[in-house]
Amino acid sequence: MSPPASGGIAVVDLVAGYDRPVVGPVSFRLAPGRVLGLSGPNGAGKSTLLAALVGGARVFAGCIESTAGLKIAFQGQHPPLARGLPLTGRELLGLAAAPSAGLPDWLMPVLDRRLDALSGGQRQFLHHWAAFMSPAQAVLLDEPTNNMDPLGVAELRKVIRARASSTAIALISHEREFLEAVCDEIVRVGGEAGLQ
Amino acid sequence: MSEGLLFDSLFLKPFLTGLAYAVLLPVLGCYLRLRDEWLAALAFTQVAAAGALGALAFAAPPVIGGLAAAAFAALLKHSSSHVGNAVYALLYLAGWGVAILLVANLPLAERLARALFDGQLYFSGQGHLLAAWLVLPLALAWLLRLSRVLLVSRYLPGHLLATGRHEGRFHLGFDLLVAGALALATMSIGVAAAFALIFVPAWIVCESASGWRRALVLSALTGAAGYAAAFFLAQATDQPFGPILALIFALTPLSILATRRQGQPHGTPLPNFD
Repeated sequence: MSPPASGGIAVVDLVAGYDRPVVGPVSFRLAPGRVLGLSGPNGAGKSTLLAALVGGARVFAGCIESTAGLKIAFQGQHPPLARGLPLTGRELLGLAAAPSAGLPDWLMPVLDRRLDALSGGQRQFLHHWAAFMSPAQAVLLDEPTNNMDPLGVAELRKVIRARASSTAIALISHEREFLEAVCDEIVRVGGEAGLQ
Repeated sequence: MSEGLLFDSLFLKPFLTGLAYAVLLPVLGCYLRLRDEWLAALAFTQVAAAGALGALAFAAPPVIGGLAAAAFAALLKHSSSHVGNAVYALLYLAGWGVAILLVANLPLAERLARALFDGQLYFSGQGHLLAAWLVLPLALAWLLRLSRVLLVSRYLPGHLLATGRHEGRFHLGFDLLVAGALALATMSIGVAAAFALIFVPAWIVCESASGWRRALVLSALTGAAGYAAAFFLAQATDQPFGPILALIFALTPLSILATRRQGQPHGTPLPNFD
């Protein structure tokens, strides 16, 4: 399976882990225009799978093929808290080369506050915004609805759907309803498929 | 102290020499806090002092020994898998042990050690002054190149992982920059003053400033103001510079903390200053 011509990632029979295999074999394809969801029980290796896509986990078998020069933004489950450091939300977006225009109204007033003074949900949304609005062609998010209230989750859905046409997106979530609302395809990891 | 004393070249040169480090070190201190590696300051100053003393054994200039030892420590830290303050604690202990053994066994080392630990700012000459003002712009320019990667690796670590960018060389560059700046500063203003300047202003400012750039500017201003106060007070009271600066930088935040504690109800935790 080769990576999509329009830019993306092809994962073929991938077995990944750290000291030993944790997940796989799994196959899927990430391409602009399609939002891929990864679901599965705790410990199934979903986070390891995303980590493998960005070189953060070991590949034991299979392969990951991506378009040359593909820019990926990966956001883990917990955005860094960085307590006691003065970076503001606006400066965070600047680091990701992400514009602030279009941010939800409830975030604009706190954009110039320190990140360690924001709520968990506000910080989480800002990190997602930074990933989606950066020049990345593929965005990988691990449990993006963590800490978010229903308003935040609704805004996140809008952002994902708005970016889906031009960006390859993969999401891990325990929330089946959220995945079904935003994803074009859901791959189950662990359970009845993959390593037991 | 008379006003004219400051403009006497005998005092002006040392003052300007220390001022360059009083601006640079607090800015570097902000990035050390960013990496949660503030103990690096203590480790590099101690290792640099040991290197300077060790140079005496080979009849080499102390500044070369200090720079070489600090650079070695930076490389050792970088090659170690134990990232963070644990490595710096070990380096500090090693530096202290070597320094004390050298003082005990090298007759010449005792005088230099006293100068390094007391702060020999008043003996700074033309060479120290030129080195300090050459290092200041070069180090800031270097830091400007490293800054974005250092910030991204702290706040958006997945972005660097994902683009396949090799951030390791940027971190090594920063380690070497801090080690070199601290080694040179230690030679001019002493171990404790260099540590105080790199640790205290960044600690105070990062807790309260709103914005990274603002914190950098405020740290530099805080460092320069505290340094100037220490220099003049040491002159006016005819005391060694190093301890006066250390006391100003230690007692000012301690008194602020004590004032805050008095103003808070019993049992209310103080702001996190770790």
